[in-house]
Amino acid sequence: MLNAKIPAGPLNSKWEDYKGHCKLVNPANKRNLEVIIIGTGLAGASAAASLGELGYKVKAFCFQDSPRRAHSIAAQGGINAAKNYQNDGDSVFRLFYDTVKGGDYRAREANVHRLAEVSGNIIDQCVAQGVPFAREYGGLLSNRSFGGTQVQRTFYAAGQTGQQLLLGAYSALERQVALGNVKMYNRHEMLDIVKIDGKARGIIARNLVTGELERHFGHAVLICSGGYGNVFYLSTNAMGSNVTAAWKATKNGAYFANPCFTQIHPTCIPVSGDHQSKLTLMSESLRNDGRIWVPKKQNDTRKASEIPEEERDYYLERRYPAFGNLVPRDVASRAAKERCDAGYGVGTSKQAVYLDFAAAIERYGNIEVGKRQITNASKEEIIKLGKEVVAEKYGNLFDMYAKITGENPYELPMRIYPAVHYTMGGLWVDYELGTTVPGLYSLGEANFSDHGANRLGASALMQGLADGYFVIPYTVGNYLADEIRTKAIPTDHPAFVEAENKVRDTINKLMSIKGSKSVDFFHKKLGKIMWDKCGMARNEQGLKEAIEEIKALRAEFWRDVRIPGEANEFNPELEKAGRVADFLELGELMCIDALNRRESCGGHFREESQTDEGEAQRDDENFSYVAAWEYKGDGQYELHKEPLEFVECKPTQRSYK
Amino acid sequence: MEHYNMNLTLKVWRQKNKDDQGRFETLQAKNISSEMSFLEMFDVVNEELINEGKEPIAFDHDCREGICGMCSMHINGRAHGPWNGTTTCQLHMRAFKDGDTITVEPWRAGAFPVIKDLTVDRSAFDRIIEAGGYISVNTGNAQDANCLPVDKNKADLAFAAAACIGCGACVAACKNSSAMLFVSAKVSQLALLPQGQPERQTRALNMVAQMDKEGFGSCTNTGACEAECPKEISLTNIARLNREFIAAGFSSEK
Repeated sequence: MLNAKIPAGPLNSKWEDYKGHCKLVNPANKRNLEVIIIGTGLAGASAAASLGELGYKVKAFCFQDSPRRAHSIAAQGGINAAKNYQNDGDSVFRLFYDTVKGGDYRAREANVHRLAEVSGNIIDQCVAQGVPFAREYGGLLSNRSFGGTQVQRTFYAAGQTGQQLLLGAYSALERQVALGNVKMYNRHEMLDIVKIDGKARGIIARNLVTGELERHFGHAVLICSGGYGNVFYLSTNAMGSNVTAAWKATKNGAYFANPCFTQIHPTCIPVSGDHQSKLTLMSESLRNDGRIWVPKKQNDTRKASEIPEEERDYYLERRYPAFGNLVPRDVASRAAKERCDAGYGVGTSKQAVYLDFAAAIERYGNIEVGKRQITNASKEEIIKLGKEVVAEKYGNLFDMYAKITGENPYELPMRIYPAVHYTMGGLWVDYELGTTVPGLYSLGEANFSDHGANRLGASALMQGLADGYFVIPYTVGNYLADEIRTKAIPTDHPAFVEAENKVRDTINKLMSIKGSKSVDFFHKKLGKIMWDKCGMARNEQGLKEAIEEIKALRAEFWRDVRIPGEANEFNPELEKAGRVADFLELGELMCIDALNRRESCGGHFREESQTDEGEAQRDDENFSYVAAWEYKGDGQYELHKEPLEFVECKPTQRSYK
Repeated sequence: MEHYNMNLTLKVWRQKNKDDQGRFETLQAKNISSEMSFLEMFDVVNEELINEGKEPIAFDHDCREGICGMCSMHINGRAHGPWNGTTTCQLHMRAFKDGDTITVEPWRAGAFPVIKDLTVDRSAFDRIIEAGGYISVNTGNAQDANCLPVDKNKADLAFAAAACIGCGACVAACKNSSAMLFVSAKVSQLALLPQGQPERQTRALNMVAQMDKEGFGSCTNTGACEAECPKEISLTNIARLNREFIAAGFSSEK
């Protein structure tokens, strides 16, 4: 039976209570306790900095050439916090409620409430670090709206919020490096967990420059390695984003929860051809001002500008008048797919819808005319002023769109289509962020905990930093307090030797195949299976087919992949091969999980389970649980269920109408 | 937007490891779509090399949306190629035409040793940040964020400086391999904000000292860094760093 270790007592005092009673480690003992952190995104960097500040001996690992490059850096829109600076009715409870509802009642209430409670502290901490959030003329912080909410609680730094937050965490991390509390291992990839007497006690890492395998001891290991969206090949993730660390944890006994919960983001730049290597997000913040539409006529080949207002279908505003263009991501993505599948798509591929700023430009132009007290402003003047306002709000996003597509989004509506963006599933963790392996923790996107079946916009940054700055410093201490008598274990211990040999064998096996097809060939094929059969809509038959196809592809990979170069040198193809090998296993588990969950919820849409209006139909009676999968050997998994109990948020049919 | 295909000749720097002398290799890139990004063109070339049983070209890249700062190619003599304010990953092939010859080199700077082919070691930048590119505030010490109003103009200037992605193009573009634009961006961001005041002087002194120690050259105000910076970090930051450094040198108690 899974024990989520949720503290007793009322929801709003659980965390206070936990903090008041968890075990502490005295400063002298902290100096002898070592913590390994995998990944330096918001979760990993904030955890490394905070634990370093507390005096633990931290070793942090990233595969990039600097911790500052982790993919949190690419988050655009913002970070939520229940500050209620706008006096618009926000509160901790509302942020908690919106998140549970937005996740379609598949998240754990206690974790989400804690997240909402510490959200305000995150903003305070980041401002103190010098993160340059957007401000109003009075010098105070500015907010904007995001999907799935009716208040303005999103803090932002233009369209580069993730960058600024990560650089804040990175600078705190580098400060600890300078103080000697954190040792940083750039261009290193974790390739296995070392377990001794059932506890996580270290890792095997590959130095990506020299190819050498290294053994590292830790009293605890924190997996902060992000999500697994790249299983789809095309996603908004960075090229290097991977599941390897989390997957090695799974193979060492950590359960993997809700793998089928993936987020397809509604506003991305559409695919342009077979050469495409990744997809680029256009921030959800654009839906504050942009209006989404398609022609009312099927297969309309006219240019956007030639389609008059009355022949446009603003389908989100039509279907969801209460939230309009700001419905949650899963809803917006499915609505776009529905229109395109029905033949209303635009652009050459017909797999796109318009995101139009014309109305916003005019509205802002009129406001500027009023502010500047210009009389008899011409239409051109109004548009010009409006474009300036839009440029200040979203300039970097518009520039990026123009560079990628060659079109000017100030003149023409953007073409957008949904793309894989975020994964709500991940390593199963209890309230303390501990996996089912003692001493092995997981933070940020790598764990499954807070977003249920659908994450709301601007909540990923919040969760990563909440876990790293404000949760793990308490919860890991509660574990390490019992480890103060454990001396650092020498890395010539048989468990380290065995783990290293296993990693070396796998690498040698990969290098010795010398087949005929590149790693990317297999990755693209896997991505296509996943997108077609485990993407925005899933059904029983497709999932069963996908499982067989992935098995066959995996066998072919291990028979016919070609990796050039040597193992003992800088070899990006070998790195990719290891990651794709893991995706080929995870992809199967995602399909198994999607097949098992015979309900629709959030981003998981089973075609067999929908309302008459085509909305996701949950089945609370049978599926109100977290599906945690235990690895049982090649392609075998055992399902463990963590029942979800809702005390404060009673599950209802999620409505944004 | 009209699309077209093109055939290109690439002259690419190949270097097995840091001890290898390195040389240019001429390669053909065939059937390249104008819709591809520059790195997708490299993907195509690499796929071809792998299929021919040759070693693909090693290059750094990650986010491919112009923000992580990992990509780092010197293209036809310009850091990140011909488009202004653009990283290599965001440079698209419509910048080139059929029959073009494109020369691609790694960042050239003593402080950025080559690891392999187009991949260089930029850890010197991390060490400069370690020397003072932060505000010393431990987790949990912060007051309410709105207790500290910040003049919007200064906040905007700080943000513009903070937009630096640490890619190293400024160093690669500079004839002296100076890292002044990088250092000045961080010093400026924190000097402009009230939170950065307590460590303002030591920060400027220590970061400059570390920059010198890493072997970056001196600044002679040619402005090549600003011209090539993909985030268009302004040269005025270097002026500010100079003021900060001199003022700290005169008035610091240390």
